[in-house]
Amino acid sequence: MDRVVQRSRELLETRGGGSLGFYTSGQLFLEDYYTLALVARGGVGTNHLDGNTRLCTATAGQSLKETFGCDGQPGGLHDIEYCDTILHVGINTAETQTVLWMHELDRLRGPDPPRSVVIDPRRTESAKEAEVHLAVKPGTNLAVLNGLAQQLIDNDTVDRAFLDAHTVGLDALERTVAPYTPQRVAEICGIDPDEIRRAAAILGEAEHLLTFVLQGVYQSHQATASACAANNINLLRGMIGKPGAGILQMNGQPTAQNTRETGCNGDLPGFRNWQNEEQVNDLARLWNIELAQIPHWGPPTHAMEIFRYAEQGSIEFLWISGTNPAVSLPDLRRIRSILSQDRLFLVVSDAFLTETARMADVVLPTAMWGEKTGTFTNADRTVHLSEQAVEPPGEARSDMEIFLDYASRLGLRDKNGEPLVKWTQPEECFEAWKECSRGRPCDYTGLSYDKLRNANGIQWPCNDQAPNGTERLYETHQFPTAPDVCEDYGHDLQTGTTLTEAEFRALGAQGRAILKAAKWTPPHEWAGDEYPFALATGRTVYHFHTRTKTGRTPELQAAAPDAWVGISPSDAERLGISEGDVVRVTSPRGSIEVQARLREMREGTVFIPFHYGYWDIGDDAGPDGQPRAANELTMSIWDPVSKQPQLKIAAVKIEPVG
Amino acid sequence: MKLGDLMSHMLELETGLAVQLRAAAERHPDDHDIYHQCLTFAVTADKRAARLEPFAARYVGRTQWKTVVVDGSDDLLAELRTIHLRAHEVAITWSMAEQAAKALRDADLLEVAVECRSETEMQAEWFTTRIKTAAPQALVVAE
Repeated sequence: MDRVVQRSRELLETRGGGSLGFYTSGQLFLEDYYTLALVARGGVGTNHLDGNTRLCTATAGQSLKETFGCDGQPGGLHDIEYCDTILHVGINTAETQTVLWMHELDRLRGPDPPRSVVIDPRRTESAKEAEVHLAVKPGTNLAVLNGLAQQLIDNDTVDRAFLDAHTVGLDALERTVAPYTPQRVAEICGIDPDEIRRAAAILGEAEHLLTFVLQGVYQSHQATASACAANNINLLRGMIGKPGAGILQMNGQPTAQNTRETGCNGDLPGFRNWQNEEQVNDLARLWNIELAQIPHWGPPTHAMEIFRYAEQGSIEFLWISGTNPAVSLPDLRRIRSILSQDRLFLVVSDAFLTETARMADVVLPTAMWGEKTGTFTNADRTVHLSEQAVEPPGEARSDMEIFLDYASRLGLRDKNGEPLVKWTQPEECFEAWKECSRGRPCDYTGLSYDKLRNANGIQWPCNDQAPNGTERLYETHQFPTAPDVCEDYGHDLQTGTTLTEAEFRALGAQGRAILKAAKWTPPHEWAGDEYPFALATGRTVYHFHTRTKTGRTPELQAAAPDAWVGISPSDAERLGISEGDVVRVTSPRGSIEVQARLREMREGTVFIPFHYGYWDIGDDAGPDGQPRAANELTMSIWDPVSKQPQLKIAAVKIEPVG
Repeated sequence: MKLGDLMSHMLELETGLAVQLRAAAERHPDDHDIYHQCLTFAVTADKRAARLEPFAARYVGRTQWKTVVVDGSDDLLAELRTIHLRAHEVAITWSMAEQAAKALRDADLLEVAVECRSETEMQAEWFTTRIKTAAPQALVVAE
């Protein structure tokens, strides 16, 4: 820690806070994140703090900001019990949210089942249960969603009274989606036009429509525009804020919601708007520091830009906590070359010696969830308390304690010369966070550790007005789009251009939801002659993230011991590939060798799980020995609005090995 | 009537913008969002030039106008500033065509000009957004 503090101090004195960057996780506790947000934004004074939630959930948060003015899940997971129609867009709950999938199956296989529409290039377990499965080409989500909106409008199955009273932007939406007729969408997406009509009819007949969105949208082309297009479908039908009718822009990691709330994922703490001086001032008063100390001259730097600055050398200190970018970021050859630079001082805090930790100058061992106390909030705003069960081993400490030690040794102070961070215990941190959330949409002021001990699982906002929490947002159809309240003034979805306060005011939303639309454009890399397959990467049920924990769990490791590529039987036959053959998959960025598995999916599309790196397969492992990480193949490109990398868009070729 | 001269100039402007965007992408391949965005915008500039052609045939003229912006740069901020100005030049020229279309009651040109003006304005503003993000690090922290 002395080395970490010494290097930080040198850089702060010579080059300023902008030469330090912090990259955190979606798997720590609220208390860890909030402490980091205060230390980095208020203490070090850097704009370069982001989470790996940038890879998993940034688009979920961003689409909610664009449509509703603020992050915060509109629906609740309980809505699965009340819905009569389910729309899955790029989400395979059977592998990514297994508990939720059991609830879905209870409904789908039980009495009075909901109807189901699934949009996914793969014939997933979720797709097999659907009445209509739209197996679109990767990179065409926005076209199919615009097509569904076009049909809802054309069939006049939209709720005009709701739209008139509670939304803005309908005219522009209608103009944008009008050209997306079933015939045109069928050509773009490679599907049957009648299937689009059938899907639209099901959505149009729904009385309680529940929409789920995940990485198939977020990590793909035009991510935010597509996620907003999914929001639009529920708004067009007036399906929000009532039991069984809602939107679940899901998360990929257990505490991603906390990363977003606390200001570790591209926003300021408490969903504060960096463009709203009064909101930033709020934070400065709360932290008792000067307004100018908190960087707010631009949006907080996103992960890919942090790595770019490190590549160029303007960031010389990078502290990575609880994540493993050497396996999870796109274009790994480049990421390794950035992280292994001599001029970069790399600090990694983790419970295990990950591929990233092996490249670090300093590794700080951390306590895991059972070894510390803190709170976490799931995708539908439900807050839980998790209490320490065992002592952490050896020198391991919680991330919060590590950041507290750093702040104290660095001598971070407030305006009065008092220590900047005023807590030492998780519960004190939670109390401080409550004040930070006061009056904001994510209001925690009605919660306490004691209350969570007695009734674990309370949904925010929880305050004087809602002492028992809030199951469902927007029941009165009042949305946080007033300019002084909103978290973000939004963007042009086509280009990612930031809108100003004046432009946002001109929309005149003032409590109404915002219908935003964009045209479909082809992805930046499209399968062609040299690289004829569209690659989508993703999860498999037995593993989580980069297998840091699941790879060390014998049963899970035995169930899914190695990487593989899923390919359609007809493509495999054409290439002379049988189940289990080792094949080489190559993109313009790199090449891996993995076993082939024949899977039901669109012809011309392949799938590779992204979990597998190199820590457990020996010293020769790696891109030159035994290359197997899916992200050797993926591209450094991100959504222009949410800045989420497009991990599901790459063109590859496949050859048998040997 | 001088609209023909403007149409002819606009064809040059859009073609020049596309060339400049592709050159900028080429010069900055490791600034990945700029690389891809410039290529995406270049395709839209091609499309706008194609939409202009029938109007350049309808309103024939010779180029009397001169472009005000020229060179790109290996320096990222300078590059972004140049393209920003060039994109605004294109946008304001579309705005002039839009006004002329109104005065001429040329509904076809008006439709094209309104769409292209709004598209180019938004693309120009993207460079504002990107410059604002890049400037603090490039001017204050980088050496």
